[in-house]
Amino acid sequence: MAVELDVFVGNTTIMDEEVYQLWLDGYTVNDAVKVRMEGGVLDECEASADVLLSDTMDQYRTFQMCERLLHSPAKLANQCSNDFPLLCLSLFRYYAFDDAFVREVLGKKLSKGTKKDLDDISAKTGVTLKSCRRQFDNFKRVFKVVEELKGPLVENIRQHFLLSDKLARDYAAIVFFTNNRFETGKRKLQYLTFQDFAFCAGQLINNWTVGAVDNMVEDMDVDLDKEFLQELKELKILITDKDLLDQHKSLVCTALRGKTKAFNEMEANFKNLSRGLVNIAAKLTNTKDVRDFFIDLVEKFIEPCRSDRWTAADMKLYLTHYTNSAHILDTFKHQVVWDRYMGVIKSCIFKMYHD
Amino acid sequence: MPGKLKAKIVAGRHLPVMDRASDLTDAFVEVKFGNTTFKTDVCHKSLNPQWNSEWFKFEVDDEDLQDEPLQITVLDHDTYSANDAIGKVYIDIDPLLCTEAASVISGWFPIYDTIHGIRGEINVLVKVELFNDLNRFRQSSCGVKFFCTTSIPRCYRAAMVHGFVEELVVNEDPEYQWIDRIRTPRASNEARQRLISLMSGELQRKIGLKVLEMGGNAVVGYLQCFDLEGESGLVVRAIGTACTLDKVSSGTPASNACNSPSKDGKEPVFGEDLPSSSGPPTPFRALPTSSSSPPPFSPSKPCSRQSSSSDTDLSLTPKTGKNTWPRPPFPLSSLPTPTPHCGEFPFFTLTSFPPGFLVHVGGVVSARSVKLLDRIHNPALGNTRSYKLLDWNSVTADEPETRDAWWEEIRQEIKSHAKALGCHAVVGYSESTSICEEVCILSASGTAAILNPRYMREGCLDIGSTDHRFEDPSPPSCGFCHIPYDELNMPFPAQLTYCYHCRRQKVPDVLFTTIDLPSEAAVTGKGCLIQARLCRLKKKAQGEVNATAISNLLPFMEYELHTQLMNKLKLRNMNALFGLHIQISVGENMLLGLASATGVYLTALPAPGGIQIAGKTPGDLSNEHHILTIQKRINDTIAKNKELYQINPPELTEEGLGSPIPEPRQRSRLFRSHSESSDELSELDLSHGKKDAFVLEIDDTDAVEDIHSLLTDAPPPTGFYSCNTEIMPGIYNWTSGIQMFTSVRVFRLSNANLTNQGLNKIFTDLCENLLKSFYFKLRSMIPCCLCHLNFTVAVPEEELIQVRHFGFAEFHSFVLFFSSVRFVLRGLFCFFLLFSFLVVVVVIAFVCVSGVGSVCACVCLCVCVFSPAASVDYGSFADRCSTWLELLRLKAHTIRRGSVKTSRRTQSLAHSGRSRSLRSSRSFGGSSVTVVKMTPLSFLPGIRIIKYLGIINMFFIRETTSLREEGGVSGFLHSFIAEVFAMVRAHVAALGGNAVVSYSMKECVLMENPNKNQAQCLINVSGDAVICVRETDQEPTASMTNIGQTCCSANDGAT
Repeated sequence: MAVELDVFVGNTTIMDEEVYQLWLDGYTVNDAVKVRMEGGVLDECEASADVLLSDTMDQYRTFQMCERLLHSPAKLANQCSNDFPLLCLSLFRYYAFDDAFVREVLGKKLSKGTKKDLDDISAKTGVTLKSCRRQFDNFKRVFKVVEELKGPLVENIRQHFLLSDKLARDYAAIVFFTNNRFETGKRKLQYLTFQDFAFCAGQLINNWTVGAVDNMVEDMDVDLDKEFLQELKELKILITDKDLLDQHKSLVCTALRGKTKAFNEMEANFKNLSRGLVNIAAKLTNTKDVRDFFIDLVEKFIEPCRSDRWTAADMKLYLTHYTNSAHILDTFKHQVVWDRYMGVIKSCIFKMYHD
Repeated sequence: MPGKLKAKIVAGRHLPVMDRASDLTDAFVEVKFGNTTFKTDVCHKSLNPQWNSEWFKFEVDDEDLQDEPLQITVLDHDTYSANDAIGKVYIDIDPLLCTEAASVISGWFPIYDTIHGIRGEINVLVKVELFNDLNRFRQSSCGVKFFCTTSIPRCYRAAMVHGFVEELVVNEDPEYQWIDRIRTPRASNEARQRLISLMSGELQRKIGLKVLEMGGNAVVGYLQCFDLEGESGLVVRAIGTACTLDKVSSGTPASNACNSPSKDGKEPVFGEDLPSSSGPPTPFRALPTSSSSPPPFSPSKPCSRQSSSSDTDLSLTPKTGKNTWPRPPFPLSSLPTPTPHCGEFPFFTLTSFPPGFLVHVGGVVSARSVKLLDRIHNPALGNTRSYKLLDWNSVTADEPETRDAWWEEIRQEIKSHAKALGCHAVVGYSESTSICEEVCILSASGTAAILNPRYMREGCLDIGSTDHRFEDPSPPSCGFCHIPYDELNMPFPAQLTYCYHCRRQKVPDVLFTTIDLPSEAAVTGKGCLIQARLCRLKKKAQGEVNATAISNLLPFMEYELHTQLMNKLKLRNMNALFGLHIQISVGENMLLGLASATGVYLTALPAPGGIQIAGKTPGDLSNEHHILTIQKRINDTIAKNKELYQINPPELTEEGLGSPIPEPRQRSRLFRSHSESSDELSELDLSHGKKDAFVLEIDDTDAVEDIHSLLTDAPPPTGFYSCNTEIMPGIYNWTSGIQMFTSVRVFRLSNANLTNQGLNKIFTDLCENLLKSFYFKLRSMIPCCLCHLNFTVAVPEEELIQVRHFGFAEFHSFVLFFSSVRFVLRGLFCFFLLFSFLVVVVVIAFVCVSGVGSVCACVCLCVCVFSPAASVDYGSFADRCSTWLELLRLKAHTIRRGSVKTSRRTQSLAHSGRSRSLRSSRSFGGSSVTVVKMTPLSFLPGIRIIKYLGIINMFFIRETTSLREEGGVSGFLHSFIAEVFAMVRAHVAALGGNAVVSYSMKECVLMENPNKNQAQCLINVSGDAVICVRETDQEPTASMTNIGQTCCSANDGAT
């Protein structure tokens, strides 16, 4: 005897949280049944394996049907559906992602090529392939929708996908990284988590994009402000003008003296570090250098500091004084650009300077 | 009275992409009514077109208004090729024809295509202007209200119940017309949808006419069915109870008004013209009949029975004027005297009644007949059990006449059975068919009853004056159990005792009925679902041979089902069945019987005896030992069940007026008779004869099997209750959230050479498994109760079995509802030939759950089920949920951010696991997000229905040629059912309603051919659209009389 058809439809859908999670994690029906059996649902309710299988299949089918709606959640609001609250609940989970997975694709082109590599990523991260695909498709879907919209990126994502604030920010970060193709996969960057990058992306979006100045342009939060990048070139004077460099160094050293154990190293490395930071700024007009932004930060600044065993507090102190001292330089005219630049760099480095 | 129909097409949204090049659609709309068609402009390149059309006006006859649906077709404009259809919306404008109901239909309707399903939505406004016309010869019946509810609707009061109305219309099925070979599936499906819509409109109009003739203004318990007879045509038939309803003023709580017993009996709750006059010897032969050819009907009951009861009647009722039924409603109304033929049958489709209406209940009466279907234009030639009864010569080629005659015959039989039980009326009456190829089983069943003469006019009857039982009003809590027949002339052997409640009158030992448990009845403990399941193989045959074989099997099946029911009832230590529904479905090589009922322990009836096992060969020691073990198991089970259902009957005090000490072991008896009565088979004593009924003899494997199956019925898990009536007996603290589910199952049996026993076991397991999986799925809602469980079985094809379920679940904190679907898989396409060596079983079920905690008014009644802490928790959860819902809506609509809080709340909701709570919130900020509740119950606990907006009766066909892509049959059906729900909700919302009560899925026919990647499904749903509001005021407990039957009002009063 075989079950040919087994359907259970409600005016309101019953969703089993556990099964939903299993589905999201990409378990097959049979695997899910196994997991549930091990979880001891059967003992709880004196049900047989058949019942469990039928229930699981049913739930899976429901999820598959809901999936279509979840892809364009804004339409949900219009559905004459009693499942609205339920769908909204499932939405958040559907759009949730594994940090490990997103870390792998961050900054990559969301193309078919990348999609083909998903099985490698799946093997590497331990996230099932199905789940990887779902997450990848989510990124792509969000990316596509947001691409053509005006207005603030986070807002748009939240509006169109009814996501929570936190999740919307994360998606904004992903979109931002994807759009600018930031390199994140290099070995030197491996120690950074997705959350580190998401934070940096937030900083960049808020301060360096077109949207930071004008909030009604297309792609305003996705593209960096070209004018600003151009202006950054002017900062070069800080390292090309020898007087200015020396002056800057002495100002910083005076402020730092006695306040940190790493003072000697700071003094010795000042010129190198300053050159590193300013050079990064000056090169940002090149798209390629934008991609290498995070690598450069690590290579030119974070690594030297780490080899000198600066503490996080040292770093904070140093960067604060480094930034502020530039204001005192009377021949340095680019205070506004400097602030806009250093504000982001400072917070990014704080975030990125850990083990 | 002609009328003016006005329609306006406002806008569309989420239309599908019809033009691949631009990814957009050039949509326009055709609005059609009758033969008139209007078109809107083409709205170019938009998936969300705004047409904002003018008002399209149709000037039409009211007859057409009733028959025709408004047909809205959305098309994609193509300059060079034919326009592509996007989909259609059929709007039944009947609700607009009633003055009190909806005044405008306005809302977003899903655009439905039979191939693609729902494709976007369209916003439509519809209005009707009716001109008054009092032409007596009119053919229309505007203004007659229809209710699917099988009780007096909550916000009405019955001024008069006129009686039974029935009608059927017949047509050729478009699916079988020659043209079907050349037209597209879409065109064929649409033709069918439209035809059925037209036919139901016509049917409703005709019934309405009959009601008007009788002087009524409403039809309650309206039950419409389709018989898809294949080649021989399509029959749409309906039955109902004509009533005159008065609207209860909005000031008084509606439920009170219709439930409150008339305290002094003078209050004309019912200006009833009761059929009792026809109960007395006036033979129906003397009655004028509606059918053109009254069959020369000879009473088919076993003569002894028939005559004895007739005698009884004679002795009880001296010559009452040979009144024909129905009586003209007495003075109260100056309505025209109804023509006699309208109410030939004293039948009532109602299943629950205002207190005091029902006096005595006799028992279940049922009749079945087997007919052969024939081509629609040929005079039907039937081989039937009672074919002699049909006057074939008078059968014209007119099909309705034939079908009418068939039903007429069955109804006559029911009537005579009722008379045999000394009853003058049949309540809880229903009719059904089962069709396989050309064989059709027609069944009708009901409960014989005596209705209160107090509600009848003086002069109408004089039974009251002669029968002491009427003069001596019995207490309401037990009166209905008292026997209506004379104990000296019992129509069948039965064990009578004095009523355990009032000690004054006789009661039977067991009572079977098809009605709901009267609200005033005294019950001990809780009720439970009792099912009897049976499979019988039969030989494949054609034509008359087949029909004869089936008719020969039927009595045995009935007998066996009855025995099973009786055994299971005893095993649960109960003594009455309510809501009994026996379904016998026919397949090509098997018959399936499924009987469901709710067992209860009526305080007034004697305690049931145990079950004794006896071996046939007493000498055999090992056998004896075996018997002893079984006996022990049975006794244990009974004891366990007693505890489970909390059956602790009050101690007997023997001071009663000489009441005989009840025998420890009671005999069983079924008040029932069968249509097969016309021949000697029905002489079979269904009542287990004279032997001690509950001695089960184990003499062969069959008996062992029986006992085995008796014991394998697993009780529901802790926290679950199930029943097939509207209200779970013994649980009174309902909560207001209701949820409904539909479940469909198809099983394929791999071995066609099964034995009866093997099949029985499979079938039983199937039903048990289905129940188990409901329990499993709903486990998060414990404590809960599945109510109105209604299983339907069908054997769709030669090798297919089919089951349908209908139900409703209720707990004090949750209500579940199972409603029913029927599956008939017929070889419409040639697919099934492929399965000739396989057997398929289809099980369909419908569940509805209601939830949201409330604090119960009478905790004492079911303390163990309900922890107050949990309920409080739940209430607050409900509040949270509703606010959260609002937040979300706000978010979705106004593009305001919901902030992090939303997500956090979400998480907490998710964790609570019981996220099933749903609030019915009225239309929200002008948006179309309306939560429409659906329930197979006639009411919503804790919620007051303030207005009935009209009947919802919809028929959908869905077909696919990409079955695999849609997730197989399961995926296909799942999405179709979900779409049907969505469409029902949209229609109700457009009428301004926020709930559907008495919802049922009457038909669900699935045909599939996985090899061709095709499937087709038909669904018919009906229900009453209502507006309801949360009951904020505490319902006074006094409103429901009796024994702690407090109607608990939900007081989480959040909205």
